[in-house]
This record gives sequence, C-alpha cells and structure tokens, in this order.
Amino acid sequence: MIPPPVRPPLPSDDPRWKLVNATMRRHGYAGHALIETLHSVQDAFGYLDEVSLRFVAASLDLPLSKVYGVATFYHVFTLKPPGRHACVVCMGTACYIKNSTALLDGLKARFGLGPGETSEDGALSVLNARCVGACGLAPAVVLDGEVLGKQTPETLLARLEGLIHAS
Amino acid sequence: MHLEDLEALAARYHAEETHEQEIRVCVAASCQSSGSLPVLEALQSACAGQGNGRCKVKGVGCMGLCSAGPLVAVAKRHAPLNESVLYRAVTPQDAAEILASSGGAPVERLRCPTDQPFFQRQVRIVLERSGLIDPESLPEAIAHGGYSALIQAITEMTPAEVIREVTASGLRGRGGAGYPTGLKWSTVAKMPGAQKYVICNADEGDPGAFMDRAVLESDPHRVLEGMAIAAYAIGASKGYVYVRAEYPLAVARLETAIRAARRAGFLGARVADTPFGFDIELRLGAGAFVCGEETALMASIEGLRGQPRPRPPYPAESGLWGCPTLINNVETFANIASIVRRGSDWFASIGTQGSKGTKVFALAGRIKNTGLIEVPMGISLRTIIEEIGGGIPDGKGFKAVQTGGPSGGCIPADYLDTPVDYDSLKSLGTIMGSGGMIVMDETACMVDVARFFMEFCMSESCGKCVPCRTGTWQMHALLDRIARGEGTPEDLALLEELCEVVQSMSLCGLGQTAPNPVLSTLRYFRHEYEAKLQNQPLRKPQTQRGTG
Repeated sequence: MIPPPVRPPLPSDDPRWKLVNATMRRHGYAGHALIETLHSVQDAFGYLDEVSLRFVAASLDLPLSKVYGVATFYHVFTLKPPGRHACVVCMGTACYIKNSTALLDGLKARFGLGPGETSEDGALSVLNARCVGACGLAPAVVLDGEVLGKQTPETLLARLEGLIHAS
Repeated sequence: MHLEDLEALAARYHAEETHEQEIRVCVAASCQSSGSLPVLEALQSACAGQGNGRCKVKGVGCMGLCSAGPLVAVAKRHAPLNESVLYRAVTPQDAAEILASSGGAPVERLRCPTDQPFFQRQVRIVLERSGLIDPESLPEAIAHGGYSALIQAITEMTPAEVIREVTASGLRGRGGAGYPTGLKWSTVAKMPGAQKYVICNADEGDPGAFMDRAVLESDPHRVLEGMAIAAYAIGASKGYVYVRAEYPLAVARLETAIRAARRAGFLGARVADTPFGFDIELRLGAGAFVCGEETALMASIEGLRGQPRPRPPYPAESGLWGCPTLINNVETFANIASIVRRGSDWFASIGTQGSKGTKVFALAGRIKNTGLIEVPMGISLRTIIEEIGGGIPDGKGFKAVQTGGPSGGCIPADYLDTPVDYDSLKSLGTIMGSGGMIVMDETACMVDVARFFMEFCMSESCGKCVPCRTGTWQMHALLDRIARGEGTPEDLALLEELCEVVQSMSLCGLGQTAPNPVLSTLRYFRHEYEAKLQNQPLRKPQTQRGTG
C-alpha cells in the first residue's frame, strides 16, 4: 500500500498561505492545478519567490524544475516583487497604431523606467501588456487595475505624479 | 424539465416585471473604463428617490459603440437597442435629467442617434441579448429565451439530430481558421471512449481583438448553453472554459453564470432532470499567446507549459488527458443556441455560399466609430469602414485594414469592395481571424507595422521548434534593420526566403502564420520597403551585417 503523501508545513504563519493551500485542496492537490495555484500565490503575495515555488512543488508533488519552468513560461507570472503602483501600458495593435510608444517614452523620460522595471524606492513598476482588450479606448493604460482610456503622455504623467505624491 | 416548463418560467419572470421604461447602463469593461459605474449608481439612487416603480435602472452588456462610452439607453421594457434613445459620454451629473426625460422628450445634448449606419447595418445573433439584459442575472437570460435551445435539444432531439442541424447550418469555426463546426462535432461524436471533454477557447490573444471578451461580459449564459448543447451532441460530461487572466470582469461574470446555471439545474449531474449530466469548470490562462493553439491550450489546462505538439492525433481523437475533446471558440458556441432554436435553414439564409451567418468584429485603430459590431458575412469591407465605422477621422486618407492579428495581413484601398467571408479574405493573403479589424490611415508605415507583428511573434514563440524560435528572431532583426533605413536589397531577399521557410517548417499555427503580415505588406506595399532601402548605399561593410 502506498502511504499518503506528506504535505509540507506552511512556510510561515502568514495567513495568506492558507489561501494558497485552499486552492490546492480544492483541486485535490492534483499536479494539473499548478497554474491555478501559482495564480493564487501571485494574487496573495504579488509575485512568486523561491520559498513559494518550493512550497507549491512539494505540496503538489512536482519537481521544482517543472514548477519553475511553468512559472517562467507564462508572461503573467513575475518572480520580482512589484512596485506599490503598477502602470501597464497596452501595446496591442490598436494602441500601437494610436501611438502607445509615446506613453512608454514619456514614462522613460520622467521616471527612467522601461517595461519590466521598478523604481529603486519601490513606488512604481512600469509594465507592458499584449492587449488588454480596451481597443475602443486606445491608447489604454492599466493603472493599479483600473483601465484608463485615450491617454496622452501628459494625462498619464499627471495622474501618476498625483498617485505617487499621495502615497 | 420540458420546454413548456421553461416557457412558463420565462413568462413568470416577464409578469414579475411591471416597469414601463428601462434605463440601461453599459457595464462591460470598456464603458466601465470610461466611468459607467458612477453613472449607474447615480441613476439608481435618483430612480429609487422617485419611487413610483415606472422605471427600472440596470447594468447591461456591450452596446457596441465603445468610443462614445459611457453609453446609456432609455427604452420601453424589452425594446431592442435601435428602438431606444441612446445617450453618449454620460456623467453622473446627467442622471436626474435622463431620468426625468424617460418616456418623454429626449435630452438632445447627450443624444447618440441610433438611426445611423453603425446600428442600422448590423445583424445581431451572437450579440442579440448583449446590451439588453443584465449579464449577471439568470432570470433575465431565461426571460429572453436563454436555455430554451438546450432544453429543446435534450428533450426533443437526439444527439445525431443536433449535429445534423449544426452541420446543415453551415457554421464554421469563429476562432479564425473556419473549420466546419458540424464536421468537428461529428468526428468527436464518433470516437469511442466513455470520457470526452468540451473546451471553450476564450484565450483571445490577438492584439486588437476583444469580441470574446465582450460576449463573455455581456451574455455569459449564451456560451454555457452552447457548450452544454455540444456536450449533449458529442457525449461529453465535462467542460472547461479556458479564459485569459487579463479579463478579470469576464472571469467574474463567467463564475457567477456557472454558479447560477448549476443552482437552476442547467449544469450538473442531471441537466434539467434528464439523465444527461454536464458540468463546466473555469481555467485561467497566464498570458501566453500560443495557448490559443488547441494542443498548447490543452497542455496549459493540464498544468504544463503551453507548448503545442504535432498533429495528428487531433484533439478529436486524443485531446485533454488523452480523451476525445471538442475545442471551439467563444463565438462559435455563442451561435449554437440560435441555430437550434431557429433552425439551420434560417441560419444558412444569412451570409454567403461558403460562409454562413454573421461575424463579430472589433473595429479599432484610425476610425471614427471604434467598438464592437456584428455584421452578416458577405458585407463589403467598404461598408464596414466607411458606413459603419464612419470613415477615417481628421481628414486623413485610408491606407489599409488589418485583419487576423499577427496571423493575418493588411488589405489596401483597392480591395475595399471585397466581401467579408473566409475564402475572399484568404485569397487576399489575410485571414478572417478571430475578428480584430484595425484601420490604418495614410500616416502608418507598413514596414513598421510588419515589424510590430514580428516582434509580437518573436516574443510569443514558445521556443519548441527551431524554424519559429530562430526564424521569427531573424526576420525581426531584418525588419528592424530595414525599418531603420539600414537594410540592403540582400536583406529584403533573405527576408522573403525566411518567410517561406518559417511558413512551411513550423510546428504550429503561430509559426506557420507568423510571416503573413510581412508577406501581405510586401504584396501590396513593396514600394515602402524599397523606399527604405534606397536611402542607403547598396553595399555595406561586411562587419556591420549580422549584428542586428
């Protein structure tokens, strides 16, 4: 008889691990729940670090290499902690035709950040997206989860300055 | 449950509604981004203050003209969109005035005429309930005919009859390639095996396309109903919707819809108290364009990296976890209920000889009316762009329209009278695609457009097969050099040669179609490539080559 697999202990008493565990339990700790589990880690912690990858691998009884492979294959997952504010510039076709490159240039000029970079004080991350599906409002930016349509470098920078000063 | 029971239920929901006028506020993603939620709240509190029950304020799905959002429609109960008074760019401050005007003289300063071609030239099948019903309410879907096709199929038709109807309708896959849906269904139905799966591909990855998003956000029950009918036809008991994680609102509405459908008995172990059992689970994508390819999508559902595998075996034979699997796109499933309910003859009477029914397009780019449209197959590109789209803004001239995203191509002005159907678009070197339609004006540089799409394919290549992984990289380097004005005629020749190699040697659709944007811009705008070359001396020192 095969003994039941030993589940690893939670990495810390941070309550967010219970959310991650709940996702795995809902899928019966099956290996195919890997992507769903990584989503719930990233939703809870903002990114995937080594501790969480090792914990997920051990819990789902998968090799760490496979978990790392999946985590790095998909664009949504990030292994770096995000800034307090995330500014995602859409680079879909409609936004590109309506000059979303100017938005990225404006961010680069003002904050010195390119796509995928976070400011040293951790205040702001600049990211780009393939298409957020807001093509009717091109060019679009997703700022902390909120879609802002018909942006210009001026409107976007003004909004960002306000946010960063407020926090 | 029989059809009569469902009809009685629908009649009861109708009777429960006593209001005369409805104020519908679009709460799909695009109008929410334009600020429709505060408008909805303002209207709801103003309406509650009035308290006579004559008027009902509700959130509805996409009404199409996204660029004019937030959109608000005032109409008689259940009246269609083009019989309503439509308001554009509404703010919360306008709420009282709109409410006061309902049933009387409209507020002219906010008016968006619905007798314009944008609304009049559309034919709505997939979007028939979009903008009319509250997407989060199952009773509203039922009151407007939801799930009647499912009940009709499982209580009055055999699986073979359902497949015969779908085949006779002439419906072809709306994901882009246009494979006959009925043929796909009958192939899976014939496969032996107790366990079969139905998958809905909602991994809408083409940049510039948002049709599936709008359908899922506006009328999610229509997609679930289509999947359940498919499951009955092919003998599947389990379904998955694979949806992009970038669409949080669509995910939330699908979750709500699945829970409601289960509670009402339209999903579960005994669908509508019959022996037929079917349940649906959601799976989130994680931002990989290649997962729109069916074998990569199934790998992703299994929790693996989304890498395609060679076909055959096709998913119909060996799909998810090795079982026979049916994969269709959101819009394909969204057509099914109407076909079953209204019959294949009706559906086949719309469209052209080889392409039946309608197609939903996401109209965007340099065009006046951007948004979501549903048009009959066979309509000309000129009608879409000049009449429905309202032409090019700022007095600029039209240059090209791009369809099919990174797998498609650009169509120049000379071919604007081409009818929109699978075969005509293919003959122009592009594809129908999933429905993204991006209009470009005279300021667009076609070499730059080709480079944009190649950059996309290069970074989205999964890396499994060499022609795609290396070929897209090399083609991007060549395009980049040409776009910067540093290319040579040899570069252009090499680019054309690579297009052929990558097209014929790649493993999956991503690589096979990646050269299309280059080939089609070369076909119609070769002079732009050559003009870029002419800026430079023909010969460059050897040391500078290969550094791109």
